[in-house]
Amino acid sequence: MKEIIRASIAIVAVCIILFGVNKYLNQSSGNAGSDTLTIFNWGEYIDPDLITQFEEESGYRVVYETFDSNEAMMTKIEQGGTSYDIAVPSEYAIDKMKENDLLLEIDHSKIPNLSNIDPYFLDLAFDPKNKYSIPYFWGTVGVVFNPTLLDGQTFESWETLWDPSLKGEILLVDGAREIIGMGLNSLGYSLNSTDEKELKEATAKLKELTPNVKAIIGDEVTPLMINEEASIAITFSGQAADMMWENEDLDYAVPQEGSNLWFDNMVIPKTAANVEGAHEFINFMLDAEVSAQNADYVGYSIPNSAAVELMDEEVTSDERFYPPEEARENLEVYKNLGLEMLGKYNELFLEFKMNTN
Amino acid sequence: MQTKTTKTFYLIPYYVWIVLFVVAPIALIAYYSFFDLSGNFTLDNYLNFFTSVYLKLTLSSFWYAFLITFFTLVIAYPTAYLLTKTRHKQLWLLLIIIPSWINLLLKTYAFIGIFGLYGPVNAFLNVFGFGETQILFTDFSFVFVAVYIFIPFMILPIFNSLDKLNPSLIDASRDLGASSWTTFSKVILPLTINGVKAGIQAVFIPSLSLFMITRLIAGNKVITLGTAIEQQFLVTQNWGMGSTIAVFLIIFMVIIMIITGQRDKGANSNGKNK
Repeated sequence: MKEIIRASIAIVAVCIILFGVNKYLNQSSGNAGSDTLTIFNWGEYIDPDLITQFEEESGYRVVYETFDSNEAMMTKIEQGGTSYDIAVPSEYAIDKMKENDLLLEIDHSKIPNLSNIDPYFLDLAFDPKNKYSIPYFWGTVGVVFNPTLLDGQTFESWETLWDPSLKGEILLVDGAREIIGMGLNSLGYSLNSTDEKELKEATAKLKELTPNVKAIIGDEVTPLMINEEASIAITFSGQAADMMWENEDLDYAVPQEGSNLWFDNMVIPKTAANVEGAHEFINFMLDAEVSAQNADYVGYSIPNSAAVELMDEEVTSDERFYPPEEARENLEVYKNLGLEMLGKYNELFLEFKMNTN
Repeated sequence: MQTKTTKTFYLIPYYVWIVLFVVAPIALIAYYSFFDLSGNFTLDNYLNFFTSVYLKLTLSSFWYAFLITFFTLVIAYPTAYLLTKTRHKQLWLLLIIIPSWINLLLKTYAFIGIFGLYGPVNAFLNVFGFGETQILFTDFSFVFVAVYIFIPFMILPIFNSLDKLNPSLIDASRDLGASSWTTFSKVILPLTINGVKAGIQAVFIPSLSLFMITRLIAGNKVITLGTAIEQQFLVTQNWGMGSTIAVFLIIFMVIIMIITGQRDKGANSNGKNK
């Protein structure tokens, strides 16, 4: 009897303590308000020295947290809990967050450095007049390949991937939008297609690719390509840059039929407790020197033309990563197709995966 | 003397635990499975499950789970038998169990290196004149790694039931003129069948929902129910469909538990007097 009561009290006590700890942790990670700034960003997506520099210049204490998918990030912001002041979603996620009323409008008068941004990257379809978002990095989806392991193939066309000589050589990124999009692109359709017939055709076309597919994986692509375990991978330009840094034989190409052009932008979520600080941070990141330093560290392409001028000519004139505007014409930005369509894409992708064996 | 009421009173913490952490989550899963993307009540998720994609997925999950269980059993039974014959059996058993303390993901990543084109397995094959063979991202590598991971879970229950087996029963069988095979099939196997069943439960059920290995070792060419659930929750954000697949997974598990359940309590004594 006594033991039971003791045990019950112990359980209740532990619950209360955990509750308190949780509350304390939440507080220390942002809820404290005006003298801290909580940033929610992708992993390895900022030069840590810049955070220190910002802390010194602005006097705010920065709390830095990372996520690994737009979906995970949105779920966390929707649930509240931590009051993130800055987040860095991709374009279709921004559209969705706007729909769900998760974003605050950005006051452009507090961001004079906005003039550094190349106008090409402003006023895009997912956020007209940049009411809610400011460009951070951008890139493409394309083919990384190892010319020394291949006999002279180049990837000007997606069609090359279907070549029978590439049996079991291709690594695909594990993303429904990317791979179904590739199937659509190879047929000359838009990668935002919602047309039943076009999607069916694309899936049928992808089925023919299966003998050439080695695996469909995530970040493991990088070591596999560096160690020459595979000769071709479909991946994001930034990841390609990482691989090419480690293995100089590798090359990157964006096929001409078209591909995806993506943007990651800074936003201020509704949960923000330090809106003033968030504006300051955005302005800081748009500074030419800061932006150039960040691009040097992260390796992705920046939309900041003032910063591009400060950077190494060799990097910024590389058309594989800074394609000229004419070349970008064939590239398309993902549209938010809605959950229903996303489900459809994923089901087709699942079907494709099950046929790869 | 304990009265019936105090006994019930003692059970309260367990009931609370079971309701909170077993019944409630399962009920929530079942509840969510009746909603579509926009939060309307629907049975579409269940209809959707019976379309070709998910049925095929279920069949292939069962097929791979069967293969994994089969090979694990084939390896584990003789191993467990030999273990009971060794002198320091507890030590040997410990050596088999220790690897299962290491994080599953860590072991899986190690196999990426081992099976790689420039890994030790290929280097070994090269010595015998085989060219570089693609081992990683094949059915073979997937089943191999899964079997490797599950072996301790199969050996343990079989070892326990073999260890409890009264050796005089085997002697008796031999004395009465039974061949080794007859002794095995008529005496040893029936008396250890509960260990085998427990082992099958411990391997088959988790195999149905394996998901990290399917990506890292099989390169997503093998898809299990677990992968599908993960996708529905994290990528598609269709909790309804994810829950529906989970409901079916639970149903399959219950069926397997019933099939491999212990029907005859008398068989539990393993030939030893109680």
